Order: sequence, then C-alpha cells, then structure tokens
Amino acid sequence: MKNIRNFSIIAHIDHGKSTLADRLLELTNTITNREKQDQLLDTMDLERERGITIKSHAVQMEYTYKGEVYILNLIDTPGHVDFSYEVSRSIAACEGALLIVDAAQSIQAQTISNLYLALENDLEIIPILNKVDLPSANPEEVTDDIVDLLGCDPEEIIHASGKTGFGVEEILEAIIERIPAPKGDVNAPLQALIFDSVYNSYRGVETYFRVFNGDIKKGQHIKFVATGNDYFADEVGTLKLNQIPRKSIKAGDVGYLITGIKTASEIKVGDTITDADNPTKNMVEGFEDVKPMVFAGIYPVDTEDYEELRSSMEKLKLNDASLVFVPESSAALGFGFRCGFLGMLHLEIIQERLEREFDMTVITTVPNVSYHAFTNKKPNEIILVNNPSDLPEPSTLNRVEEPFIKASIITKSEFVGPVMSLCIEKRGEITHQTYLTTERVELNFDMPLSEIVFDFYDRLKTVSKGYASFDYHPIGLRESKLVRVDILLNGQLVDALSALLHTDNAYGIGKKICEKLRKLIPRQQFDIPIQAAIGAKIIARETIKALRKDVTAKCYGGDITRKRKLLEKQKKGKKRMRQVGNVQIPQQAFMAVLKLND
Amino acid sequence: MSGIYIHIPFCKQACYYCDFHFSVSLKRKEEMIKAIGMELQLRKDELKNNVETIYFGGGTPSLLTIDELQFLIDIVYQNYKVIEDPEITLEANPDDLTEEKIKELAATKINRLSIGVQSFFDDDLQFMNRVHNAKEAKGSLLMAMYHFDNITIDLIYGVPKMTNEKWRNNLNIAFEMDVPHISSYALTVENRTALANFIRKGKYPALDEDLAQQHFKILVEESRKHHFIQYEISNFGKEGYFSKHNTSYWQGRNYLGIGPSAHSYDGISRSWNVSNNARYIKSIQQNKLPQEIEILTINDRFNETIMTGLRTIWGISLQKIENDFGPDIKNELIENAQEYLKNKILKIKDGKLLITEKGKFLADGIAADLFIVN
Repeated sequence: MKNIRNFSIIAHIDHGKSTLADRLLELTNTITNREKQDQLLDTMDLERERGITIKSHAVQMEYTYKGEVYILNLIDTPGHVDFSYEVSRSIAACEGALLIVDAAQSIQAQTISNLYLALENDLEIIPILNKVDLPSANPEEVTDDIVDLLGCDPEEIIHASGKTGFGVEEILEAIIERIPAPKGDVNAPLQALIFDSVYNSYRGVETYFRVFNGDIKKGQHIKFVATGNDYFADEVGTLKLNQIPRKSIKAGDVGYLITGIKTASEIKVGDTITDADNPTKNMVEGFEDVKPMVFAGIYPVDTEDYEELRSSMEKLKLNDASLVFVPESSAALGFGFRCGFLGMLHLEIIQERLEREFDMTVITTVPNVSYHAFTNKKPNEIILVNNPSDLPEPSTLNRVEEPFIKASIITKSEFVGPVMSLCIEKRGEITHQTYLTTERVELNFDMPLSEIVFDFYDRLKTVSKGYASFDYHPIGLRESKLVRVDILLNGQLVDALSALLHTDNAYGIGKKICEKLRKLIPRQQFDIPIQAAIGAKIIARETIKALRKDVTAKCYGGDITRKRKLLEKQKKGKKRMRQVGNVQIPQQAFMAVLKLND
Repeated sequence: MSGIYIHIPFCKQACYYCDFHFSVSLKRKEEMIKAIGMELQLRKDELKNNVETIYFGGGTPSLLTIDELQFLIDIVYQNYKVIEDPEITLEANPDDLTEEKIKELAATKINRLSIGVQSFFDDDLQFMNRVHNAKEAKGSLLMAMYHFDNITIDLIYGVPKMTNEKWRNNLNIAFEMDVPHISSYALTVENRTALANFIRKGKYPALDEDLAQQHFKILVEESRKHHFIQYEISNFGKEGYFSKHNTSYWQGRNYLGIGPSAHSYDGISRSWNVSNNARYIKSIQQNKLPQEIEILTINDRFNETIMTGLRTIWGISLQKIENDFGPDIKNELIENAQEYLKNKILKIKDGKLLITEKGKFLADGIAADLFIVN
C-alpha cells in the first residue's frame, strides 16, 4: 500500500487538464505511441469535440522512482457544475489532487469550489502552473494568486506545459513525494467507494471503485449498502488503458467491478461496496441520491417515432443513471417524455446523444426547475410542479416555492458593476463580496435556480467579456410569485411553449418570447399572430407576415442541379419542423425562451 | 431534339447582382475560343439526336467578333447534325450592338437575339452597374428589331426606388417597340455578389419583396393585355416566339453545355464544367473534360420534373409521372398537393398539375413541398 498514490486533477475547462493527463500517460509508458490521440481519457466523441470531460475516468500508471515501482491511480473528473456531485465522489476516492491553473487565465470559480471540496477531504494539493510556454502567460501574478489561495510556498508550485511536456517529470515526482500513501486495513471487512460506473453493451455495467478497507475478490458475494442489492463479483481488475482482470483489489487501490448489472441506475455513485456476509459497519460518508435540477419535455419531431424515442431513451438511461424520464403528453406535440437533468449542459448532452447515437431528431420544450405548489384546500400538501401545466389554477393557489442556489462568481474588479446588475436583474441578492487579489473579486449571491436556466451563462459571459467564472449549489426552496405565461400561435395555444415566470418579469419576458418566435418561425403563406397570455389576458403580440415572394425568377441556364438541391434542403428543413395547427415550428423555437437576448 | 449551350465567360464589367461565371480580363479570349472549339470537337458524339437549338450565353457573347462567332458556328456544323431551321440565339449587350455589328450578325446563321436591356432608365442601370445607358438600350433595340424578327429582351423589376409607374413605363416602352418576347425577373440577391455585400454593409437598401410582388402582378397583367403568353414564370412570348432552347431545359430534353461553368444533361446524369477560365483552358488543352458529374436518382428526376414543370404553362403531366415513376408516386404527389389544391394555389386540368395565378410567386416553396426526399 505504501507504493500506491491516488490523485485527481482539479482544473477549469480549457486549462489543460486533459492534455497534461495525456503527457502523464505517455511518460509512464501507460500508452504506446500507436495508441496516442488527444484527450485520451475522454472517450465520448462529444467530450473530444467540446473539449470537456463529462464522465469520470480512472487509469492506473506505473512509475519507477528511486528504484521502486509506484502505482499511480489517476481519477479524472468532470469539469462542469452540472456534475459537481460526481466530482465530489472522485475527490473522496483520493489522497491528493493536482491543481492545474492556466498561467494566463488564473484561478476560476469552478476550480475554487472543487479545491475547497478537496481541502475538506484533507487532500494534499500539488499546485501546477500550466501553459507557461504561452506568450500571454503571466506566471508571477498567477503564482501570487495561488499562494494567496492555498497559503503555500511559491516554490511548491510546479511550472509545466502540457503541450511541450515541460515539467511533467517533476509532477510525477511530486505525486510520489508529496501525496501520502493510502491508509486502510486489508484485514477489515470490505469497504469500497463507488465513484463512477460505465455502461458496456457487451459486459453490462462496469463499476469503478476505490477500496478503503479489506479487499474485493473475484467471485466474492458483495452488497451495495445504499441500494441494499447484492451481487457476485464476476470480474474485478485494474484500469490501465484497457481493463486487466485481477484476482483481487486490495485496500488503497482503485479498480473496476463487473457483476452482470444491466442498467446504470442500479448503481449509485457514492454508494459503498461491502462483503454480503461480513459487512462493514461504516458506509463511506457523503452519499447522496442525486436529484435532477432541470426538467424539460422531449418529443419526437415525427409523432410516429414515439416508440423509437422511448427505446432510445431507455438505452441512454442504461449508461446515464442521472437521466430520469416519465411519459407525458402535450396537446401540441403529442406523446413524449418529461425528463429530469442535472443541469443545462446535461440537457444539451442528452439531446445531442439522442441525435448522434440514436439518430433521433427531437424537440426539447422550455426547461423549468421543480417548484412546490400548495393549494388553499390543502395548504400543507406539496404539489410537485415539473411542468408548467402542473401549476394549479391561480384561484386555487395558496403559494409557490421555488428552489434557490448560492452562486459564486469570480471576475475581474472592473466587471463587478455589470455582473452585479445582471444578478440583480436575475432576482439575485448579494451575500458576500471578497477581493481575492486587487484584481479579482468573488461575489456570492442567493438566486432562484430558474434564473440560471434562462440565458444566465451567456449573458454572464457577455457582461464580463468572458472574464467571469461561475459555480453554484442549492440552498433549498423559498416562497415566490409565479405565473404561467402561455403562447398562442395563430390563435391556438401551444402548451409546449408555456413557461413559468416570476410575476415581475412576466410581461417583459412574454414580449421577448414573442419577438424571438417571430424571428425563428419561418414565414408561411398567411399571417401568423403570436400572442403571449396570462390566463385569458393577452400581454404581448407579434405577427409573422405572410410570405409574398418565394420564387427564383430566373432558372439558371441549364443549372437545374443547384436549384433542385436548394429546394431539397428546404424540404428537409421542413421535415424537421413540427406542425402545430397549420403553423410549422422549427425545433429551436421551442427553446427560444432560453436565448432571449441573442 | 437536342440543344447546345455555349458559355462565353467574359464581360466588360461586373453587374452588381450577377453571380454567373465570367472574367473581366479579356487577355485569354483567343485561347478560350480555341478551347471552346476543341471541347465542341471532343464531345461531338455525346448528342444522340439532331441539334435543334444553339445558344450563346454568358458572360457577354456579343463581345466576340463576327469571325470568332463564325468560327464556333462552323465547328458546330462540321461536328454535329443540325436541323434545317435551328434556333440560334446570341445574348447581347446593348453597348455592343452597333448598326454595323447587328448587320454582320444578321448575315450569320444567328437568328435570335437576347438583349440584356434590364431597364430603359439610367438610374436603374447605374444602380445595377450595367455597362450601357438608357439611350443605348433603346437605340440598339430599334436597330436590332429592324434586322431581326426573333428578339427577346431582359427586364429586371423589384429594383429599389423603382415605382410601379416606372415599371409600367419600362414595360410600355418594350410593348411600343413591338418586342415579341420578354424575359423578366425580380432583382435577386445572390451570395458573393457586390449587391449582397452592399446590402450587408448598409450601402444599398434591402430589397422589398412587396414591391417585387406588385411589379410581378403588373408584369403579368400588362403583358397579357399585349397578347403575351406567360409560358414560364419569368418568360413571356407572343405566339410562335417562345424560346425553344430554354423550353428544352424545362421539359427535360438533352443538352450539351460547352465552355467553363456550362451544364449538360443527357437524360441520366447532369454534368458541369469547372467555373474557372484558366483551369478550363488547361484541361481542354490536355484533351480532358474539366467536369463534374451527378447521376440522377429516381427522386432527383422526380423532383426536377416537379420543379421545372410547375414553372411552365405545360405543368406536370400526371400520366407522365405515372409512366416514369409509377402509380404510388403519382398518388403521393396528388396527396401532397391536396392542401394547395384546396386553397386554389394548384389546380388539375386535363390531367396536368398546374400552378394558379395565386401560386406563381410562391412556386419554389410549393415545389419543395411536393418534393420527395429521404
């Protein structure tokens, strides 16, 4: 055990985590040149394209240092606030963490919140100043920032470049020298933490775990403490670039487990694995049943594809336990599903995976958070509102509560004004303002979660010229004044476009929704009125003017091909639209409310 | 029945709205004409039927000297079977049509002129960056009418600041001069043209489609009064003066496109030459055709039949659809047309699916709706 080191990497998006991880794998000969490709650990295409890590990954490296062979387990974590629970579990599985900070961009909010998590878990932090080779690097200033934050010595900060490989050897040495070896009792009852699971269509769900005490053997009868389910360990092993089966994985080490489980939702990240016959008395602390934060309807563009969508969603759920869905129906869109997501990125990922992996074109309706409503009749009974249509009639409504979050925003001092205005516009209340350095300020707000869903990120980016980072965590529900704003197209209510809004914003946003829809819905051969309404009262109106001219006057020489292709493209575009009444609505119109300020 | 299109890729200056292929540098004109002659020889076995139409388009074919034109006509006659009385059209710009040039042209086998008048008003012509002025437009047309019987002019409407009155005036000038055929189309913003750029930068106003629609209506009404038949959305001809060459495009006949950027159709595939003068000349000099080919699928052929048929007075023959594509496709077409038939935007008459007056200005979207795509 003394030669094992378990560590994770804390970094902001784009600060070079994946590239640096690639270099570590190369230097320890975990991968050969032949296997080399960028962002090796990010196995999903989506992760590579977006340059983000969505799933946790683990990989074991071996490194000989001063004549001894060390086992280094790297647990790579997702880098987005939607997945902060997964990050916390990965951190709990480690003794140390590399804190990677971009030498040009310095520390960001996401980094800080994950760093605090690591410090709370008593992790040894190795600060690394990455991308020092960039012309825009500002090592002195960023070093000061890190020293301020960690209270460490400037000498403890390793200068590195994932691109050139500079400093990578020093990082490996520091991992061995500074991160403590795991502690644990091999002879105690098995106690292992599940930090992730991955679906494999041939082998079922693979569970990734860290053993704290005891050991887990092939064939062992095991039990998951939180779910209470028991299984036999069909296979256990070590995660190199590929899986290497072993007879057992002992206390201190990291590995994978295959039990024949077929659905990811059976496995809960954060759960404890123990022996079924000789169970541990202590569950690993920090387990939570993750709850979805954002809800939206997902519908097939073509109503006939409902069953296919269902089967695609079920397959997706096999490898994404955090996706939840129940069937629902909409007067406008027919049959579909109300789905719960961890956040907006998660929603986008699901939508994209449905398109890419299952070739399903879907309509996603306006997302909303989960409200609690109470009626006058039963003022103590919670009615869960995950869909605007679930909101009871205003006359019967006693009160509504909406989820709030504590937001942390780090920005440059020059953008404090605009950031504050934005947060106040978003019904935020400032609770703290801390100058981290003379240049960098951390602002804390209590805000309604729903305001984050509605175009918050994009606007934060705009008002801060990109120099603001953002993190949040939920702080419970508070009473609020909500109304449902309905949208009518050509006089017909389109329930899928309804949104729950705060009373004070309803008129303004209702108007903006109408304007946005006017731009997004293609003109047709008749005028289309767009109205926003609260109950029977119309609060805004726009008109899509009828198409007057839709003909290329000249049919080009003999170039029939070009025109045919143009019209074919138009026809294909129409096929991806949804007809409600006699109005053709493109996919993106249903999400229009989210991008009102574009 | 087959046709030959010959593309002359040169202009004196670029009209702001044009996205056809041309060069304003005349340096390689001689080489180009030789290359076009060579391509005509290289492809002499491609046409199965007799040549009934020959069309010099561009660019500005009237930039060519009589000798150059005669050279190309001779090559066609030496290498292809041309019928007794072919239609041979030359696109010409008014500033090229001097009295002398017109007389020389009339002495060749060219028997139809397509004159790029566009407008009889100077401010419109300047707006479009045409080479000629209003005076040249009228003068050349008068002269041409004297020497040629079969003449068509191009007129553009929907030009910003062109009032309905001025558009009527434009048309009336043409009617008074007794032009037998008019091709008239709405000013259109094509990508990568100066016009698109000017509008984007705010230097030119955006086009007003309500204005274009009013002009179209005036065009349809006025030309009808003067006994023109609108045999295609943008083409108006008196009895006996329809363009045979262009009609062959719309009726799915075979044609050979010679010269850079020219398109050909042989009933199975469409092909087109490279839109680059230097690459075209180089390739032809090596006896290679610089072309891309697209083999048409069943859907492609169906969609083209819809697209072109809908634009013409002959419509889409349902019997022909059934013969060529089968009864299921015919029924699908009728089914897809239902809504339009109900709204009197389409009609079926004598077994033909036709666009009504009401639908004409929306023909593209209607065609797209009737398409079959995977």
